[in-house]
Amino acid sequence: MDQSSIDEFLDEVVQYQGERALFDARHLRWVDPNGMLGLLLAGSVAGEALGVRPRMELPDNPDVQGYLDRMGFYSHAQKVFECDADPSGIASRASDVLLEITAINTNHDVHEIVDRVQDRAGAMLTSRLGYPSASVIPFSVMLSEVCQNIIEHAEGPGWVAAQAYNWAKRLGRFVIVISVMDRGRGFKGSLSDEHSARYGDRWSDSTALEAAFLHGLTRFADPGRGQGLQQIRKQVSKWNGLISARSGTARISQVPEWDDSLPMVDGMAPLPGAQISIILPAVVGP
Amino acid sequence: MRTDAPDPIAIDVGEVLQRSVTSLYSSLITRPTGRAVRMAIETQLRGAGTLSVSLIDFSEVGIIDYSCADEVVAKLLKQYLADERRDALFVFRGVREPHRLQVEGVLQRQKLAAVVETAPSQFLLVGTFSDQERQVWDRLEAKGAINADAVGQIAPDRSGVMALESLVERGLVFRSSESGRVYALSQLVAHLI
Repeated sequence: MDQSSIDEFLDEVVQYQGERALFDARHLRWVDPNGMLGLLLAGSVAGEALGVRPRMELPDNPDVQGYLDRMGFYSHAQKVFECDADPSGIASRASDVLLEITAINTNHDVHEIVDRVQDRAGAMLTSRLGYPSASVIPFSVMLSEVCQNIIEHAEGPGWVAAQAYNWAKRLGRFVIVISVMDRGRGFKGSLSDEHSARYGDRWSDSTALEAAFLHGLTRFADPGRGQGLQQIRKQVSKWNGLISARSGTARISQVPEWDDSLPMVDGMAPLPGAQISIILPAVVGP
Repeated sequence: MRTDAPDPIAIDVGEVLQRSVTSLYSSLITRPTGRAVRMAIETQLRGAGTLSVSLIDFSEVGIIDYSCADEVVAKLLKQYLADERRDALFVFRGVREPHRLQVEGVLQRQKLAAVVETAPSQFLLVGTFSDQERQVWDRLEAKGAINADAVGQIAPDRSGVMALESLVERGLVFRSSESGRVYALSQLVAHLI
């Protein structure tokens, strides 16, 4: 379960909202940060509609179990699902875990995330992606801005996670995957009061995403606001990466030449909040 | 110190960050942190003389993000430019390569400009400005200061004179109302560095 399959899964969760649900992950063989946060978001959405935590059957595969444990999935899952998780509480430092799943509720959380990720990010960006050592600063700035997006605009709880992978078959090189998801009011909800009138009938999740993602619109009158996402896009583009944001029924993406995602997908199920995925590939050798 | 020049003040942002927000934070990130730091700087400036030039020092700051750069740099400049008294000028020190993109980005977004020190004793004009403004600023920066009767050396024609007026208006150079002497801001803070 990763970015390529997450929308289909989340759409299904929205469609069956309010019905008793069992999240059967027993046959899960692969999950990345987008998949993990997607599971938490799905459980959270289903639980809110139902009024009780949904049941989750954990993966059978010991590798997947161990990986979820290293990413701190179980301690968050216990708050969202009724499950038999037994979190080890061991944070991973030896693997390619860049940032374990971390809840974002306050600005203090953002400070902790950026402080925590420094050493590991520096090592991974240089050794796995071949980026210059100074890239840890723009990486930290990007992480800070994307996490603040939750607090500033979503006004709801959210999570962040990041991990390095060898995409040997898909891309032939290492990537870092960063996922940030919340179930707040989404881009359309955040911008509606200030901007919907100007768009008239065209106002929708997709136009709201375009307004924020492409044009830097924000609900604040302050002209200094709204540049976080713009600058993240610029930085991701410099690193030839992929950034994609879903909100409600639409997903917008800035697509590099190595990926075939569509720049805009509309007509999905009305999922609450905003979900941002960033994939940074290793530099291609000289 | 020159009698017709503003009072110089040195403000260490790293120290302000530790003092005004929390000693646990090592990075200048998030908007509330930036707001707290800016307010602490403003409090410090209120105790200054009627006219001051402040050296805002980022040398000890590890990371500054766009939200914080907007709060600390762009908003600080905007507020003092909007104030009729125009009683404060700013030079930003320690805007090394890791910080420069963020500082430049927030200035350009609001069509502002600032004088920054990017390396020891290397001052640059960053943000949004015209070619003429840049040329006049560069010439003045090379000279440090120039008397009123020699302004033609840095602003030789009408467009140069207009650019100089704009630089004065935007707080990017200082012109003494008494002598008409024009100073590069780096000159006014040189002894603080």
